[in-house]
Amino acid sequence: MREYLEFEKPIREIEERLQKLISTGGSRASVQEETKKLKARLARTEVELYRKLTAWQRAQLARHPQRPGVLDYLDAMCRDFIELHGDRVFGDDQAVLGGFARFNGRSVMIIGHQKGKTLKERMQRNFGMPNPEGYRKALRLMKLAEKFSRPIITFIDTPGAYPGIGAEERGQAGAIARNLSVMSRLKVPIVSVVIGEGGSGGALALSVADRVLMLEHSIYSVISPEGCAAILWDDPSKTPDAAEALKMTAKDLLGLGVIDDVIPEPLGGAHRDPQTAVDRVAKSLTSHLAQLADSSGEELLARRAQKYRKIGTVVESVAGRK
Amino acid sequence: MAWFKKPGVTTAENRKRAKNVEGLWLKCNHCREIVYRKEVERNSKVCPKCDYHFPISVQERIALLVDLGSFKEWAADIEPQDPLSFTDTRSYRERLKAQQEKTGRKDAIVIGEGTINGRRIALGVFDFGFMGGSMGSVVGEKICRVAERALALRIPLMLVTTSGGARMQEGILSLMQMAKTSAVVAQLGEARVPFICILADPTFGGVTASVAMLGDVIIAEPKALIGFAGPRVIEQTIKQQLPDAFQRAEFLMDHGMIDMIVERKHLKETLNQLLSHL
Repeated sequence: MREYLEFEKPIREIEERLQKLISTGGSRASVQEETKKLKARLARTEVELYRKLTAWQRAQLARHPQRPGVLDYLDAMCRDFIELHGDRVFGDDQAVLGGFARFNGRSVMIIGHQKGKTLKERMQRNFGMPNPEGYRKALRLMKLAEKFSRPIITFIDTPGAYPGIGAEERGQAGAIARNLSVMSRLKVPIVSVVIGEGGSGGALALSVADRVLMLEHSIYSVISPEGCAAILWDDPSKTPDAAEALKMTAKDLLGLGVIDDVIPEPLGGAHRDPQTAVDRVAKSLTSHLAQLADSSGEELLARRAQKYRKIGTVVESVAGRK
Repeated sequence: MAWFKKPGVTTAENRKRAKNVEGLWLKCNHCREIVYRKEVERNSKVCPKCDYHFPISVQERIALLVDLGSFKEWAADIEPQDPLSFTDTRSYRERLKAQQEKTGRKDAIVIGEGTINGRRIALGVFDFGFMGGSMGSVVGEKICRVAERALALRIPLMLVTTSGGARMQEGILSLMQMAKTSAVVAQLGEARVPFICILADPTFGGVTASVAMLGDVIIAEPKALIGFAGPRVIEQTIKQQLPDAFQRAEFLMDHGMIDMIVERKHLKETLNQLLSHL
């Protein structure tokens, strides 16, 4: 069953009418004529609707409950996935999963946030919001990849790091900070793909990378649009405005030089045609990994350092304005 | 003093007097006691009743840390831009202008060099008074500059943090400053240049989750609030009241997140002692 978002109502209406029409028996010429018309209208409406999505509508697509998660990509793209568990300190955080797998016949380390599909799984995975253990597990696996010279692919899909008492007690901030610093110096290629929601520091802690790619309707932001509206506008109804102002869509981020590539999605979003989404992500990953394959560890480090060093906009006035 | 003045008569003179009296006394942010302002000031702005460390200005902070007259500021004229053309209830440009006029500073951090008992150090001090010490492109850039200079000169780096976290008005670019600063600090570490963080009240969000927690040695001021998520966010998420000392420096100390809690008046001598080993 397809789940419709609020803004997809026009599509839902046409599809429901179509269903009704078909179920009333469709052999009569007039019915067939009507069906054809409706189908054409549906196609037009869809193209029209998805062509000019607002940032807030994209955010809803990025969080769509049926959107493919890291496990869907893994299953479809890789062979021989062998999951590795635990941070060796406190626990095994299921909001983050990782392990070795074979991609294009090569051994790689795959790490990603997993939100979960059923309610039970979502609760087990804490809706994709990691505790410090999740970041420590990821760090341990990334170091393991470096030790055996395996490239790292990370899939980003999280509302953010979990804000809880235990998370603070066990050093959420320090865990994120360590990932940022260590990832900036790992001597193997790292490619990150934002496949859904890139929620602030919780997303960044797995995506300091040589290449950062984003699916077309994914979002990546310093704060959720809801949080931003609550803090800056003091008004939750301003969420769509906040989404727009934050410039959180893939296209915005490409323009700001923060990401390297946008991967186009099937019409209506990755969940409408997961196979196509998987194929496109795999193709993009293949090409970016190939571009990085010939670089030495030192070259990777130098380029990665330079890449992050340049991010940001400042003006430096010439002497005399002091 | 007029003991028998009629209540309720507000003359201009009365208002002025009320203000003066208010200026003489101070309510402690922590123990809520009313304390004599002069006593607090004599005590390096520390509450005489509960030892709470009041926020101090960047100048006061520098004066407390480095040898008298030794501080030289670097890159004071780096200015913020408005990369997203961000507007909420006010435009980011307007906010910046107002904050710059208020503080006389271009953005929320001061960097430079000085000496501690004659030893040369590089220093960065956040200014909470400038948009809550939030980290945008300028703060990120200046942290990188001060770290790079420390690296080139091979002198220890000290960073005093007070910050609400990333600066929302610069969107994703502010988030990326976490990666940018952490990457530069990692290089400092590889070169074995000492990096000491001093966490003051409050230090939160993207600043804690990047440079502030990456020091070789991490020092906090007594009772400073330090954390990743703000207490209100946590309360709303878990729908429970938070324990009393939650996210205070002492709480972090108990959980092994910091090396020590040092009172302001002992800070310089502690740093001096530490530096002798690094």
